Amino acid sequence: MESVQRATRPLLEIKQVSRAFDGVLAVDDVSFGIDEGETVSVIGPNGAGKTTLFNLITGVDQPTAGEIFFDGAPLAGLPAHAYARLGMARTFQHGRVFGNLSVLDNVLLGAHSRRQVVRSRAPVVNLLRELAYGLLQPGSVKQEEAALRAEAEEILAQFGERLTPRLHQPAYSLSYANRRRVEIARALMLRPRLLLLDEPTAGMNPAETQEMLDFIATLKARGQTILLIEHKLTLVMQLSDRVVVMDDGRKITEGAPEVVRHDPQVIEAYLGHRHHPPANAAQDDEPVVQPATRLTIDPAAGVL
Amino acid sequence: MDSLLRTFADQTINGLVIGNIYAFIAVGLALIFGVGNLINFAHGSIFMVGAYVGWVCVTWWGLPLFTAFLVTTLVCALLGVIIERFALYPLRSAPPIAPLLATIGVSFMIDQAVQIIFTPNPQAFPNPLLAYRFQVGGVTVGAIDLLIAGIGVATAAALYLFLRFTQWGWALRATAQDREAAQQMGVDVVAVNRMTFAIASALGGIAGLLVGMYFNTVYPTMSFQATLKGFAAVVLGGLGNVPGAVLGGLLLGLIESYGVAIFGATYRNLFAFVILIAVLVWRPNGIFTNQRRTAPEPLTGTFIARSRPVHIPAWAIAALTVAALALPFFAPNPYLLQILTNAWLLGMVALSVTLVTGTAGQTSLGQAGFMAIGAYASALLTQRLGWPFELSLLASALVSAVIGVLLVLPAFRLRAVYIAIATLAIGEIVNQVILNWDSLTNGAMGITNIAPPSLFGWQAIRPHEIYWFTLVLLILAALVQHRLVRSPLGRTWRALREDEVAAQAFGIDLNRYKTLVFAVAAFIAGLSGAVTGHMYSYISHETFTNTTSILVLTMVILGGMGNLLGAIVGAVALTALPELFRGLADYRYLIYGLTLLLLIRFRPQGLLGTD
Repeated sequence: MESVQRATRPLLEIKQVSRAFDGVLAVDDVSFGIDEGETVSVIGPNGAGKTTLFNLITGVDQPTAGEIFFDGAPLAGLPAHAYARLGMARTFQHGRVFGNLSVLDNVLLGAHSRRQVVRSRAPVVNLLRELAYGLLQPGSVKQEEAALRAEAEEILAQFGERLTPRLHQPAYSLSYANRRRVEIARALMLRPRLLLLDEPTAGMNPAETQEMLDFIATLKARGQTILLIEHKLTLVMQLSDRVVVMDDGRKITEGAPEVVRHDPQVIEAYLGHRHHPPANAAQDDEPVVQPATRLTIDPAAGVL
Repeated sequence: MDSLLRTFADQTINGLVIGNIYAFIAVGLALIFGVGNLINFAHGSIFMVGAYVGWVCVTWWGLPLFTAFLVTTLVCALLGVIIERFALYPLRSAPPIAPLLATIGVSFMIDQAVQIIFTPNPQAFPNPLLAYRFQVGGVTVGAIDLLIAGIGVATAAALYLFLRFTQWGWALRATAQDREAAQQMGVDVVAVNRMTFAIASALGGIAGLLVGMYFNTVYPTMSFQATLKGFAAVVLGGLGNVPGAVLGGLLLGLIESYGVAIFGATYRNLFAFVILIAVLVWRPNGIFTNQRRTAPEPLTGTFIARSRPVHIPAWAIAALTVAALALPFFAPNPYLLQILTNAWLLGMVALSVTLVTGTAGQTSLGQAGFMAIGAYASALLTQRLGWPFELSLLASALVSAVIGVLLVLPAFRLRAVYIAIATLAIGEIVNQVILNWDSLTNGAMGITNIAPPSLFGWQAIRPHEIYWFTLVLLILAALVQHRLVRSPLGRTWRALREDEVAAQAFGIDLNRYKTLVFAVAAFIAGLSGAVTGHMYSYISHETFTNTTSILVLTMVILGGMGNLLGAIVGAVALTALPELFRGLADYRYLIYGLTLLLLIRFRPQGLLGTD
């Protein structure tokens, strides 16, 4: 049943994950992995289950079946705030900056899980320590803060003149594209082992999209491991090492971009659905269609 | 054995009758929540107005009972429509906490208006029915019991028929299910909303009239308790669930009735609040549904307007501080100093609210509860254990921080509007526990002869002494808080306020930072409460009420959420202004309510801006 053993353990491994909402499977038995240094994209038409899958990976939601492993350890049961410490950083599809905070503060918060006082785990003492540090602000805290600040400014400077003149402006006053940039800067501030980008160019014009594409390409060239959720195919084709295609909650295929783009199933998923069985067939279970589709999945999963 | 059984039967009848009335209140709240997604704090005030209208009809005008009901229904329905039109309709696109706070403002105004017209004293409501009681199988039933039951059943049936079979009823249900979809199908959702207010308010008014008749008395403060009881019933039955609200009301009535029979009458109000919190926390969809999905929650929980704080230069703040410190030399007017002393003490509480609600985004309506804990702790430590004031002051603030956090802890998973209700209930619970824990708190008698504040032999007794003492404490609290808010910890708190989901994604443990913020806030509020107790030399379960909590929140909104200087300015303004214009003193809650209402509508960022 399980696929061929990989040479290296993947950084992120998704094993037969499903998520049901009131009986409807939004994500249906999806498996794939991401190796260190890889850029993997998940594509699919609207409603394919990409965002649900993304929520499962980032701990916003829990799968109803299957397991997800990060660096070999299962993620199940971890609270949502534990993912950052593991080295997973994400952006949000519709952009969730901290609106009333300055650009710089937004980015500094990306380093929250790296700060000394946050990393230590002694329960009550730790609370008191954080309070005392906030109140007294000893040298070590000031130094850490200064170093993080320098780092944040450096990351922001990678976007050219887009954000550097606006360090102290509240994030709500930024343009849409700039807010997306702040989000990515915040995620990079975590020094993520895995960077998860949820439609980073949604709502951007072609020029801004190109700029973002170049930026992500630079990250990739530096060896950053990236999981990209997108439905702009051009972006995906240029950036990805591997593409996972989803439709109707299921993974329909997976492979190199140039292979996937010529796959008839992918073309069909994007250009239009085959007609569903006639009205007299059971709509919920669709016993006729499902096994047929599955036949095409399994070999694909096995080969890769 | 026989008498025990009869007591049980009597309590059951009693519980069902009271429960019937709670159901009336709850159905109105549930309708408004279902249609407008609003928690209506003015509902109890409408209930109280209903009681007074009925009382006027019966005792002043001598109208027959049926006419009294008719007039009450019409007046309350009209009042509901007016509130919807002028207080809530303009806020339809504001964050959900805004209309909630507006209804609090409205309730302040209505309550004070009724007090001005009819005096704060209870008015006797002679039972217009024959005092006719009869025995059914050993159980005593009065005519009023039957009337309440009859009206209850008839109204429930009428409401059911209306919602099921009339076009307006369909429109109402459609709007409750999906506002946008209903609107696109041609439903005039604004009209539906207004009609819902009319129906809910009419039901609330009838409930008020029935309660007045049942207990033979009407009084202005009956409003707030009614709101809270109604919430408890609604939450019990599931927010926005009308049949659930009926069952919740009956259940609450029975629980109270049995509870009073077992524990005693002073426990009556405790049950509702404990139930309110327990259900909110563990069964957020009520006890009749098995759904595990949490109730629809707004994303932005707090009332943060997008604005930058008004910049006030450091030298100006320093100059104001020096002026405040020097004031007793130039204006040794004890009356003025006393008022400002009150402002400094409430200013400290306002600092604590601006921290927890403004900076960290957890709307707190229970801050007076923390004051009460601090006040009792310090009074008891000095009186019973003979601790010196200096030590007990610090210890009591710590006690307030620890107990405060433990009380709010179960509510950490709630967001936004729900945390506001939970904190409100916590404030009530603190006072109810104080009232009932006789051996520790001296119960309803309160604690007297509390020693005045003193520092190493120096006693703060005269007005200017206590003025300086409280002012210095306020300055210290402000400095501490300023430092915290400007530290990385403050930044984390702000992130929590802005977006909990994004904050979690970046490793912010929400419970940890909520614990910290409530601890600091309860510490500062406890400090203020302790000093207040020592200053008054007397405290009771009625010293620190929810009214104080709401007043302080108004101060914070006036000054600007999260703005330290704003909190102090707000405290001075709302404490001092009604006193300075002596003629206004009687209208102070009218002014507070109106202030709150106007601020939310026209200047949500407050005087000095959100920080």
